[in-house]
Amino acid sequence: MPAFIWLTVMTALRILGRNRLRAGLTMLGIVIGVAAVIAMVSIGEGAKRAVQAQIATMGTNVIIIFPGVTSASGVRGSQGTAVTLTVSDALDLKKRVPLLVDTGWARRDVMQIVNGNRNWNGPINGISPSYLTIRDWSFTSGGPFTQADLDSAARVALIGQTIVENLFDPGEEPVGATIRIKNVPFRVIGVLAPKGQSAQGSDQDDVIFIPFSTAERKVFGTSFIGSVGTIFGSTDQVEDLPEAVERIREVLRARHRLQGDQNDDFTIRTQVDIGRVQEGTSQTLTMMLFSIASVSLLVGGIGIMNILLVSVTERTREIGVRMAVGAKRRHIVGQFLIEAMTLSLLGGALGIVLGVVGAKLTTVVAGWPTIISSDVIVIAFFFSLVVGLFFGLYPANKAARLNPIEALRYE
Amino acid sequence: MAPLIQCDDLWKIYRVGDVEVQALRGLSLTIEQGEFVAIMGSSGSGKSTLMNILGCLDQPTRGRYRLNGVEVGHLRPDQLADIRNRQIGFVFQSFNLIPRTSALENAQLPLFYRGLSLKEQRAMAAAALQRVGLGGREHHFPTQLSGGQQQRVAIARALVTAPSLLLADEPTGNLDTQSSQEIMSILEGLNREGITVILVTHEIDVAAYAHREIVIKDGQVLSDRATKGRSQTVGV
Repeated sequence: MPAFIWLTVMTALRILGRNRLRAGLTMLGIVIGVAAVIAMVSIGEGAKRAVQAQIATMGTNVIIIFPGVTSASGVRGSQGTAVTLTVSDALDLKKRVPLLVDTGWARRDVMQIVNGNRNWNGPINGISPSYLTIRDWSFTSGGPFTQADLDSAARVALIGQTIVENLFDPGEEPVGATIRIKNVPFRVIGVLAPKGQSAQGSDQDDVIFIPFSTAERKVFGTSFIGSVGTIFGSTDQVEDLPEAVERIREVLRARHRLQGDQNDDFTIRTQVDIGRVQEGTSQTLTMMLFSIASVSLLVGGIGIMNILLVSVTERTREIGVRMAVGAKRRHIVGQFLIEAMTLSLLGGALGIVLGVVGAKLTTVVAGWPTIISSDVIVIAFFFSLVVGLFFGLYPANKAARLNPIEALRYE
Repeated sequence: MAPLIQCDDLWKIYRVGDVEVQALRGLSLTIEQGEFVAIMGSSGSGKSTLMNILGCLDQPTRGRYRLNGVEVGHLRPDQLADIRNRQIGFVFQSFNLIPRTSALENAQLPLFYRGLSLKEQRAMAAAALQRVGLGGREHHFPTQLSGGQQQRVAIARALVTAPSLLLADEPTGNLDTQSSQEIMSILEGLNREGITVILVTHEIDVAAYAHREIVIKDGQVLSDRATKGRSQTVGV
């Protein structure tokens, strides 16, 4: 039997080699299908990985609470324009929602920052001490605020990588330098490790952190004392997030004295929600890919079937001779199935090569990250095998059912 | 020892639409091991049908056909394929070589279905080509060979399995006189080595090589007589 399979494969290759153009055209459907799938899945995987990495930069198991919207005579402002969240909300949440490991808060404003003859317009965040832990910020040099800095509303600042690049010369050490925010001098005590783009596409490193107390008293002005822009919380386990969100909603509604039919005056988001949007996108993409792949594999398969049917007709006499010298039905079926699978596997292999090259080219030309998983290659190979088998079956059976006498007489 | 071929009251009836065609009508025939038989008859006489049945390509509607003492009338297609592969060699009028495939590989074909190793297949096929005088042409394609040479490749293909029966259906029908003589000498030589040869032909001088001449008409044996055989008159 091994000799039979080996010889049949060799014969199949020779027959294909004889009709190179025909074989090439026949395989085209499979080639395009497989290549498209490999390239698209690689691009999709790359994008997914990038998004996951971005979501991870938010921190671990993070819950974000925004204030609601203002409404002046029915005209609603943008999200976060209302001033409904306060420091005491945050402190109370920590006390009354045991699932929350910690809560932190921040208030943000965009201001002019000056260092010597350079200046930059960047977001200033007054933050509570726990904020840096919840959002997983680390330092490349220097370190965080101390409790004493917060208590005394010290003029100290932590700056992100983008700020460093725009306010300092290359190689200049920012820690220890003095910068001016709204003309108030601040001492830089830490440089934050870069995080890159957020899941929404904003630059997370374009950031300055100062103690909340300092921001309130010395930078942002005295209106709305005690109000915050965002409250952050985190839980121990991802699974705790939904319940924590419910508990937070109850506590905040009670604290804000909202009646049963009134809308929340705040919005709660978790990392899971943000991840879900991305997941939905990638699922849509996957479904689209799947349909493209199915269609082209189907078309490719029909192409193979068509060419094999032609081949069976062309080689009727040969089949008759083979039967006369003792080929059994399974030999004839085997021969044509192996020919079909040789075609589809060759197509699949070509498609894989083309797909991988396409994915690499995308990375080089468009700069998109791509990840070529061995899984998708194995699956593509397997599918081309199945296509060959499935669409080869009918022509192979047709050949095996020929009457040897009539086949030998066929002109 | 049982005769090689024993046919008793063979009938073959085809149905073409509403018309019933009786190709064989109670034909009986016995051929012993080692005979050289020419079967003659006009077209439509039923000789092709008889050859197909003798070659286990077809089965009789009624009657018994024993090959080497084994009743083959009720065997399944795969069993018939096995018998064709091991006991019968075919030589056709139009050679029926597989195109664009070397002489060696054509001669190898029956062994291909026996599951022998590639090396054995090659050695046996090369020996068979040697036997028909085509040593050194193993790698020629059919298009590079003359008609007579192509028919010799076909004979090598029939021989390679060491069959007990060689069925030649008009083996010289597509050949010139000289090639015909060459082919007939080969068949004659094989018969002398003990292979039973059954030959279908129209041509009297081709039939003359045989030692027995059977004439078929209307699906029955019209005449069956011993002839001298060319080798006895001329000598090779």
